[in-house]
Amino acid sequence: MKGKTFQKGITMAKIIVVTSGKGGVGKTTTAAAFSTALALRGYKTVVIDFDVGLRNLDLVMGCERRVVYDLINVINHEGNLNQALIKDKRVENLFILPASQTRNKDALTLEGVTTIIEELKERCDFIVCDSPAGIEHGAMMAMYFADEALIVTNPEVSSVRDSDRIIGMLASKTRRAEQGETPIKEHLLVTRYVPSRVTNGDMMSAEDVQEILAVPLLGVIPESKDILRASNSGMPITLEEKSDAGQAYHDAVARFLGETRPMRFLNVKKHFLSRWLGG
Amino acid sequence: MAGFLDYFKGSRKNSASIAKERLQIIVAHERGLLKGPEYLPMLQQELLAVVRKYVPITDEHIKISMDKEGEYEILELNISLPDLSNKTSLSRFP
Repeated sequence: MKGKTFQKGITMAKIIVVTSGKGGVGKTTTAAAFSTALALRGYKTVVIDFDVGLRNLDLVMGCERRVVYDLINVINHEGNLNQALIKDKRVENLFILPASQTRNKDALTLEGVTTIIEELKERCDFIVCDSPAGIEHGAMMAMYFADEALIVTNPEVSSVRDSDRIIGMLASKTRRAEQGETPIKEHLLVTRYVPSRVTNGDMMSAEDVQEILAVPLLGVIPESKDILRASNSGMPITLEEKSDAGQAYHDAVARFLGETRPMRFLNVKKHFLSRWLGG
Repeated sequence: MAGFLDYFKGSRKNSASIAKERLQIIVAHERGLLKGPEYLPMLQQELLAVVRKYVPITDEHIKISMDKEGEYEILELNISLPDLSNKTSLSRFP
């Protein structure tokens, strides 16, 4: 199934930032899952790791041993973009641009990032920017050029508060904000969702989070053992066809591209016996 | 019977709704702070310091806010002076 509202190779690439403020909520997992799902649909996609000094996207995507040149090398002209882009071995049209593991994050200059983004924009359909945690320089660089933002949030107080800070920054510290263009289109992705705990009243519902942040809900990713298993083996979760979380990400990507998909995995799984008995 | 059970269930307010309430309050507060210009908190501190040279006031006695009315930005400064009927208070204050 191809996206209906987005025509391949006709327009310049759309830039998506995956951001959250708080660490450990699933930004890299989301960046890997989302970019893989876009590429599976035939869109030429580049995913860039902006976490200079703490790169991990390469590990999550299973290409850590193929890193030769990185983002900072390209910025410093120590290697060119083609040398640094790692072509995924499993998915056609998917490329990874790893962060530097050794350099200082100050090496990530606005001029350098501008050059890379401009060059990639001509060559692909989507550029997915995986932001580091926090609100420092790296996070600012990751969001600066964004057209759309995926705000990854856990249904938990600190994550929601940090997401709100990031939403404020998307509206003020980015290229679109500075140049008075249409604001970045924001999407909320609630991750690590446990429907049974929501039913018990121990976890805020996706609706609650959506209401507090006032950003349209793109998807809800259920807490899943598959996520750890997938990252253990360097497999983006959207390549695991049987996984709930993987399917939820595919749904989110479909909605992102303008398709209508009902929200799944929001209800407590019924025991097979009660389902069998029609309960 | 259901009401009887609800009584026990409801006796402990569920934590998710507490979280939601707390977040709504803090998020609204922080958005308010961030909306104003960046110099606002500094200005507030300096004004407070100046007024304190003459009148013994605390943080709660000074309110500062920024509003927009048409093309104008309005800086509103509200200082409530403590009761100075006790005349020694001014002279006592360095």
